[in-house]
Formats: sequence, C-alpha cells, structure tokens
Amino acid sequence: MAKINVNGRTVTVDADGATPLLWVLREYLDLTGAKYGCGIAACGACTVHVNGEAVRSCALPLEAVAATDKIVTIEGLSPDGSHPVQQAWLDLDVPQCGYCQTGMIMAAAALLAKNPKPTDADIDAEISNICRCGTYQRVRAGIHQAAGRKA
Amino acid sequence: MTTSMNVSRRTFLTAAGAAGLVLGFRVPLSSGGGAALAGAGQADEITAWVVVRPDETVVIRIARSEMGQGTLTGLAQLVAEELDCDWVRVTTEYPTPGTNLARGKVWKSFATGGSRGIRGSHDYVREGGAAARQMLVTAAANAWGVAPTDCTTAKGVITHGATGRTTTYGRVAEAAAKLPVPDAVALKDPKDWSIAGQPLKRLDTADKLTGKQLYGTDLKLPGMLNAAIRQYPLFGAKLESFDASKVMGMPGVKKVVAVGDDAVAVIADKWWQAKTAIDALPVDWNEGPHAKVDSADITAMVADGLDAKDAFVAHQVGDAPVAIAASVKQVQATYSYPFQHHATMEPMNATALWTPDRCEVWCPTQNGESALGVAAEAAGLPAGKCDVYKTLLGGGFGRRGAGPVHDYVRQAVLIAKQMPGTPVKLLWTREEDMTHGAYHPITQCRLTAGLDDNGEITGLRVRISGQSILAGIMPGRLRAGMDPVTFQCLAPKGDHAISYGFPTLLVDHAMRNPHLRPGFWRGVNANQNVIYLECFMDELAHIAGQDPLAFRLKYMKDHPQSRAVLTAVADKAGWGTPAPKGVFRGLAHCNAFASYVAACAEVSVTPDGVVKIHRIVAATDPGHAVNPQQIAAQVEGSFVYGLSAMLMGECTVKDGRVEQQNFDTYEVMRIKDMPKVEAEVLPSGGFWGGVGEPTIAVAAPAVLNAIFAATGRRIRDFPLKNAGLRMA
Repeated sequence: MAKINVNGRTVTVDADGATPLLWVLREYLDLTGAKYGCGIAACGACTVHVNGEAVRSCALPLEAVAATDKIVTIEGLSPDGSHPVQQAWLDLDVPQCGYCQTGMIMAAAALLAKNPKPTDADIDAEISNICRCGTYQRVRAGIHQAAGRKA
Repeated sequence: MTTSMNVSRRTFLTAAGAAGLVLGFRVPLSSGGGAALAGAGQADEITAWVVVRPDETVVIRIARSEMGQGTLTGLAQLVAEELDCDWVRVTTEYPTPGTNLARGKVWKSFATGGSRGIRGSHDYVREGGAAARQMLVTAAANAWGVAPTDCTTAKGVITHGATGRTTTYGRVAEAAAKLPVPDAVALKDPKDWSIAGQPLKRLDTADKLTGKQLYGTDLKLPGMLNAAIRQYPLFGAKLESFDASKVMGMPGVKKVVAVGDDAVAVIADKWWQAKTAIDALPVDWNEGPHAKVDSADITAMVADGLDAKDAFVAHQVGDAPVAIAASVKQVQATYSYPFQHHATMEPMNATALWTPDRCEVWCPTQNGESALGVAAEAAGLPAGKCDVYKTLLGGGFGRRGAGPVHDYVRQAVLIAKQMPGTPVKLLWTREEDMTHGAYHPITQCRLTAGLDDNGEITGLRVRISGQSILAGIMPGRLRAGMDPVTFQCLAPKGDHAISYGFPTLLVDHAMRNPHLRPGFWRGVNANQNVIYLECFMDELAHIAGQDPLAFRLKYMKDHPQSRAVLTAVADKAGWGTPAPKGVFRGLAHCNAFASYVAACAEVSVTPDGVVKIHRIVAATDPGHAVNPQQIAAQVEGSFVYGLSAMLMGECTVKDGRVEQQNFDTYEVMRIKDMPKVEAEVLPSGGFWGGVGEPTIAVAAPAVLNAIFAATGRRIRDFPLKNAGLRMA
C-alpha cells in the first residue's frame, strides 16, 4: 500500500512498489490521459508533473514517489481545458492523432511555468517529446501563443 | 472510467460560414438508387449518412477511420455542405462494420489508406447529404402543401420563399425519415461551397487536450483482464514450449496461453502485472529457416537483382538501353533504401470479448471490415455474429491497414477465446511492436541515363530491385507475378504517373523478397522512388551543367499540374536568387496519390556534418481542397515522417531478428529538428487527389539535393546517419 497525491487528492494504491507511476495512474486510478509509448522515458507520451517538473512517468517506480510529492496529470492541469496551453492547442488545431498530445501539453505547461517567454532555442532544448504525426510546427506556435496569453 | 460502444459519439462545436445554393445537375446516386440508402427504421435517420435529432443535432456517419489525418472532419464537411445544415450542430459517429454487413454495405468501404479517405468516397457521401436535404425539404413542403422546389435551405432552416414560412431540420426530421430516399440528387458546384473548402477547425480536438479521448489502449470494460504477449523472435519462428508454472504465482496472473503457433500471452488483472510475468516466462522457440540471416545477406540478395536478367517491366518508351548505349555520355548511379518501422505512438492493441455465440472487438484499425474478417476467422464464428468497434487511432501510417496486418486483432481474439465471457485487452510493448512490424520494403535502384552533346537526356533506365509489399502480404493482388505498387511515381499513367516525358524509358523490377514482413508505410513506394528519380535528375542536371529547375521543366511539357507546383515552390523559395549565406536549395516534385506536389528545401551543413533544414516550401494541388488548413497540417506532418526516415530511420537484421527495439535505437525527429514548413495549397479543380501521403515523397529528395548543393556530396544510401550526417 502506498499513499500518493494526485491532482490534489491523496489516494492509497495497492500496487507493487516497482510498478511505474504511469501504470499506477492508468490501471489503479483510471487516469488514462498519460499514455504508454515506449516504457523507457524516450518519447514523453507519459509526461506528468511531479512537484511542477515534467516527469516521464513510465520510468518512475511507485516506490520512488513520496507521499508528499504533488503529482499533476493532464486530467488535473485545468478543470475544463482552460489552461493557456490547452487553449492555444485548440486555437491552432495542434493535435493530429492526439496520442502524444497530453504528454506534449504537460511538457509545454511545465516549460512555461518556469520560463514564461521561451525562445525557439529554449523550446528546442526543453521539449523532446516525440510526435509521429509531426505536429511540431504547431506545437512551437502553440507554446508561443500560450506564452503571449499568460503575459 | 468505463466506455461503451459509442466511444466516437461526441459533440464538438466550431464556427462555420453560411451554406450556399444548390446548383448543378441531378445525377443518379452512385450507390445505385435511393432504396440502398434508406434508413433502418430509426426515427431520426434520414439517410444512412445523416441523422437529425429533434434538438437540431446533426449526426454525420463516417465510415473511414480517423488516425490524425483529419478525414473525419473533411468527410463531415462534404456531407454537411450538401445537407445545408448548421456546422456548429454537427457531430459524427462511426457505423460498425457489422452493421455495414447487416445493411448490405450501405456505407461501402471502410478502408482508410492510400490517401483515399476523401478521394475515394466524396461522391457518395455528398449524395448522402444531398439526398437527406431533399427529404427534409420535401417533408416541410408536404406539411405546408407547397412544392419542394419553392423552398430553400440554409444552416438547417427551411424557408418557403413565397410565404416566408420557416421550419427547421429537427422539426421535420421524423417525417423526412419516413420518405423514400430519392434516386437522383444534384450536387453543388465546388465553387459554391461554403463548408467544404473552408479551413474549419477539426471536430475531434477538444477531448485530445484533456485526456478524455479514449484510445484503444485506454479502454476499460467491466470485468476486463489484461494481456501481454511475447511473439516469435524472428519472422518464421514457431512456439515450441513455455513453462507457465514459473509465473502462475506472480501477482495478478490468471492464465498463460499459447496464441496460435507463434506467440504466448499472460493474462492478468493489470497489464503491468501481465507484462512483468511475460518477461519472466521461460519460452522455447523453433527459430525456423531465417535464424542465420543478417542485414549484409539481405543487402547482397537485393543487390543481385540490379543486374538480373529477369524483371517485371512496368513502363517502356522506345528502346532505352539502345538509346543510352548510343549516347555520347552515360551516367549511372545506384541508390538503396532500408527497412523502416511505422512506430505509431500507440502500440498495437485490441480488446476482445468472446463467447460461443458472439465475438466483439474494440480496436484501432484503418479498416474496420478487414478487422472484422480477421476477428471472425479467429473467433471461429460467422462475421454476422461478430462486430468491431473502432477507436480513434494513435497513429496508423499503414500499420493498422490491410487485412493481414491485423495480427493484433487476431491475437486478441485467440486470447479472449481462452477466457470465454471475459473481455481481455491485449497491448504490445514497444519492443514487441518494433520487432513485429510490417516494414517499409527494402529496395535498391540502379538508374542509367544517356546524355547527348547538349546535355539532353536520350534515355533513362530505372531498375528497381527488392521487396514487394503485395507479394509479402497480399499475393492475390499481384498481376501475373508483378507488383504494380512497386512502380509508384514511375508508372505510365494513373494516380502515380511519372511526371516527365523522356525520349526513351525503361522501368522494371527484379523482385527479391527477404523474410521480414513488408507493409504499406505512409507514402509507400513513392518514398524511395521519388528519391531515386528526383536525386538522379538533379545529378543529371549538374552533369549537364544546367539549372536543376530549368533542366526538369524541359521534360515536363506534358505535365502542366506538375510544372505549376514545381514553379510555385521555386518562385516562393526564391530559386535563382541568392539564399542566405551558407544556405543551399534543392527541389523535388512528383505526382502521387492523384495529387501533384513539389518542395524546395533550404539546408545548411557544417564541415563536421551537422545538417540544419531551415525551411521547406511545399505546394500541393489536390484538385479539390476540402480543408486547406488540415491539408497544410498533413504537409507539415508528412515532412516529419519522411525526413525522420531519411535522416535516421533504419531497421537492421541480425540472426534473422530486427535489431531496433525502441526509440532509443530507432530515432525519429524531435521539435529541435523541425524546419519551418510553408505549405501552399493550390487546388486547380476538376479532380480529387489525396493529401495525407503525397508530400512525404518530396521532402527527402528536396533536402538531399540541397545537401548536394551545400557539400558536393551525393548520398545514395539511407539513412543519412550512416553517411556521417546528423541533426544538431
């Protein structure tokens, strides 16, 4: 039994300590917004926030998560899809298949929280999520638009 | 969170312009008469394509699969255009392939590939909308005792001109649904479109931003168990034995089952438990006939075909070998293209529920009907006792398309069959996914040209050697042994005709099929064939001492659409004017998937081999453009897919096995590698071309030609990482 804090609620999870956080979220808490893409922290589809940092949850075992760690998933990013990144994504029709986009949005939101006006170079350095549909051009535009909105 | 079979039924709102007038000629329904489109006794189904609810919601049925390419929105635009409904009231739903079967294939094909979603169905989906509009108008006119022809429609409102009376689609829907479907309808002239042809927002975005959108991997049915699978370690290997006792005591494990003769699965409460157990399961394999095959063997096998006497001839103009031999100059180059993996972001998965009487499958598929056929066969039941509920795809790119590559569906059913009455979700790991692909076929190409004193081409000989997709997965579609798909963009006519006219030409294929399963991979054989042709044309232009644009245009007199897109990108990119310092340009064009496309790339290369792609100007003439901003999105995305392949994409073989297992060894482009893409959509009207794939084929050769301009190096073997070139 482990206690973790997800989207502002403390929950008890009866999962083996080696279970990656991604699978705790998906299979024990029914939070399926974070996706399985690679299992080795290479693609970013599973990105969530842990204490405000973008973290690839597929490679983070449950036993490495403290009860005091604040985990936020895409379901908790905003109550109604109103986060500036989500709004910019809607305005620019960013997603294609959409499978990677929840992770992409979480990565972008974490970047903007730390760096409200990222340059293209900042984006290149900080956003390494894979999108096989190739939405990168609109992702970049979306980050800039969200940055403008926040200002 | 649970789901129902209506996972695709959602309401999305977006803005739209006003609807236009109905013009044009009345034509018989291509479905063969109105009765074929008649409702199934549902009170709100006007035609098979259109449901109108009393609250004015319009549900448009979409038979093709949405996998990111935007076909759901584009097809809805076409139906809504003819229906004259209010776009903000439009929602969509997938009919199931089982219902299609039961209703005499009223929705026709479910196949979603070859960039055919819209170009293959625009006529009959528009008719479905137009017929529904006519029925709604007739219902209103009947109630008013007036002639339908005296009524007009706009945004779901019917108006009788003489009296000014109005009503709405929702109010007359029930009466309209009882009317016969007309046998002939008039379709609008595309120049009068106001919903189709507009850069409308996609209908399927909102839930993709919040995590609400359910993909196949996200499904959770009541009582569902989860399965992880270990498949044949190499193509041709068979399951010999496994020791279930070693894992039966592990947490959550319910059962260990053989899956056909070449895989084994663990069924557990949670997928992570199943995956942990399958990793620990001792399995013995009969490795089959290919366990000693390495990449070098396959390369040699394919190279052998370059000089082979026997080959399938697809395109012959005059006697090219003789003309080339008689020329003052002969030029020859050999190119090669590797195996590549689709690497959809969502790994293969399917959920199945089997009982002795019925089998149901929930899965991402590019072809619901193929999936149904595969499911029924695996279930041992007639198709009429099965159904498939499609989820949105986390990427398709061809991997989830043709019938034989529905291996994940077959496996899910075979597993569920061993747990009767319990739904089981099968999810492949990324490693299983990458090593059990339907790979981009491996080929080599030897091009030989003759040039005369003036540097004019006297003849071109194109010998392709290598793998046939059809031979690998659809041998029934071979024509006297020949695979016509091999010749995309080199064919004499059709959707993939060569965009040049040469005095003599010979294109042929020496088929060499290694043991890896091939598949249709976004862009298919256009990918390598356009590299081969357009890079070689660039080589010839330089050898002839001529400008690569002017050189190409000389051979494009009979290809006006290709000329138009090529000159468009050249003009927009500033061809013939100086590029920024250190930046070099390259061109490519082709006719693929019935569209005409071109690209001009701007590239710089540092002395130590770091490639930067600054900008690509692209042009697409798809005939009719249903949603220009989504076409632009497809162009942008296709470049990422195509350039990832050219720069990094390669599956190699060792001991018969695919060596790459995950994104750490199968690298793809990331945002830092993304060039600025300027996508020009230039619809010239009069035909319907695809947009999901064509431009993928011009990205790589345009960049390669720019790299040659930058470095003087002609790279003919891919990916570029093997040539010492890399992204920053």
